[in-house]
Amino acid sequence: MTPASTTASRQLLPVVPLAALFFAAFVLPLAALVLVSLFRDPQFSGLSPVQYLRFLSDPFSLKVLTDTLWLGAEVALATLILAYPLALVYVASGQFLRTLITFLIMLPLLTSTVVRTFAWIVILGRDGIINSAMLSLGFWQAPARLLYSWEGMVLALTQIQLPLMALPVINSLLRLDGNLTRAAEGLGASRARIFLTVILPLTLPGAIAGWLLVFAAAATAFITQTLVGGGRIILMPSYIYQQAVGVQDWPFAAALSLIFTLAVTGIVFAIGALSRRFVRGVDAA
Amino acid sequence: MQRSLIDRLYSGVVGTITGFGMLLLLAPTLVVVVISFTGGITLKFPPPSWSLRWYVELLQSQEIIEPALTSLKVATAATILSAVLGGAAALGLARSKLKLARVLDALFMSPMVLPAMAFGLSLLLVFNLLGIRLSAATLVLGHTIICVPFVIRMVGASVQQLNPVLVTCSLSLGASHWYTFRRITLPLIRRGIVASCFVAFLTSFDNVPVSLFLADARTEVLPIKLWAILEGSLDVRVAAVSGVIVLLTLAGLVCAEIFGGVSRQIGSR
Repeated sequence: MTPASTTASRQLLPVVPLAALFFAAFVLPLAALVLVSLFRDPQFSGLSPVQYLRFLSDPFSLKVLTDTLWLGAEVALATLILAYPLALVYVASGQFLRTLITFLIMLPLLTSTVVRTFAWIVILGRDGIINSAMLSLGFWQAPARLLYSWEGMVLALTQIQLPLMALPVINSLLRLDGNLTRAAEGLGASRARIFLTVILPLTLPGAIAGWLLVFAAAATAFITQTLVGGGRIILMPSYIYQQAVGVQDWPFAAALSLIFTLAVTGIVFAIGALSRRFVRGVDAA
Repeated sequence: MQRSLIDRLYSGVVGTITGFGMLLLLAPTLVVVVISFTGGITLKFPPPSWSLRWYVELLQSQEIIEPALTSLKVATAATILSAVLGGAAALGLARSKLKLARVLDALFMSPMVLPAMAFGLSLLLVFNLLGIRLSAATLVLGHTIICVPFVIRMVGASVQQLNPVLVTCSLSLGASHWYTFRRITLPLIRRGIVASCFVAFLTSFDNVPVSLFLADARTEVLPIKLWAILEGSLDVRVAAVSGVIVLLTLAGLVCAEIFGGVSRQIGSR
């Protein structure tokens, strides 16, 4: 070994303990997950891809997967619609409003997921805020079923994941060259037109980054899905949990986890790659 | 004339959605704190009367206090482990130009991309296959892996901003490596370390997907306990727990802000 390469590898010495830990507690378990998914039955009696075939030929399982991915897409779209106006106001305002918006965005990010989900149970419940307000104002005759519904789940997840969308969108808007919008304004464009033809296209990378973060987070949000969605809505995380812990069918649970992981990360990487190839704008954070 | 109408309409729409967005961000936290002071026995909102009864009840609920203490211990251990191992790794990776360093960096960041449920299940499987009994130690191991990406990113960013000339100067003036690390490097990357410890602690304390598979009756953690309570019934004691968590998180944020300027670190993540 040459002296230069010795010093270069010596610099990596402090990395060794963590690398060892990751090998033992991350790489090895994932290898075990792949291995277990290839067993024929829960008794581990032989290797075969039967678990994957079982998933692909079962309409119920396929629907659970597509529902879960659809939930992620829907929530990500809803947060996108909320995040842009918030970011536009943030960029246009002074120090006080900026600090306030930052604090409001950080607040849900820092309060525990169970606490945030619990808040939505209080808001959406039978005696919750929305039902008591609508009943006392006379809009509704009887309490609506908001908790344990798909719509309630989308609403709760939208609030819970909004910070993940707002931060990258605000970052891209901050990096946008102010001269571009001022030029469009000077040439007589309306503010709506400036947004659609200048701001939106140039900040698209940030929006896509946020969309992917929220998509992945909402699709995998076990706590909110089970508590706000309720037992009747079965999505991939609760399906995996039920198969692994309830039924103790580890090979099928392992196959489900891998299929779900591949579906989510596959979509994230595919959209990320497409956007890097075709969308040009200010860099996303 | 027409243009100003469109402009006003546009401002109206942007303003309305922003107002709604800000309300949406604030409301749930506020609702939790308000409902925790209810005098009633249901989650009826607005509360029919006010009292501290659920906080008193909470103090007597050993089955919630035990998991809370377990969570605090596990989060402390996972934070220390991930900060020490992750911090050392971040220092090594930042200085290295080897291709291996980039590969390792990607490996250490990957728990963030992988759905945590899959990782939790994979740990359960490997511990079972190897005949390792689940304990607080196996739980800490899983949480440490989940926390490492934050440490790598935040400490890594601090190290990038560190001027390497300062270290070279110290060494050439005769200081030992350990002395240089203690007196030059460590103070300069302190902010990154404090911020990453704060985020790592919250991540572990709040973690569900890994604990779900690794916690057994003896090592039940708080989020799992609360989830189990809420799945069975809408227990108002959870509101009191939530009130305590919100308060402690805000206090922690203030401390971390004083010592490390956390909001800037997280904002620039």
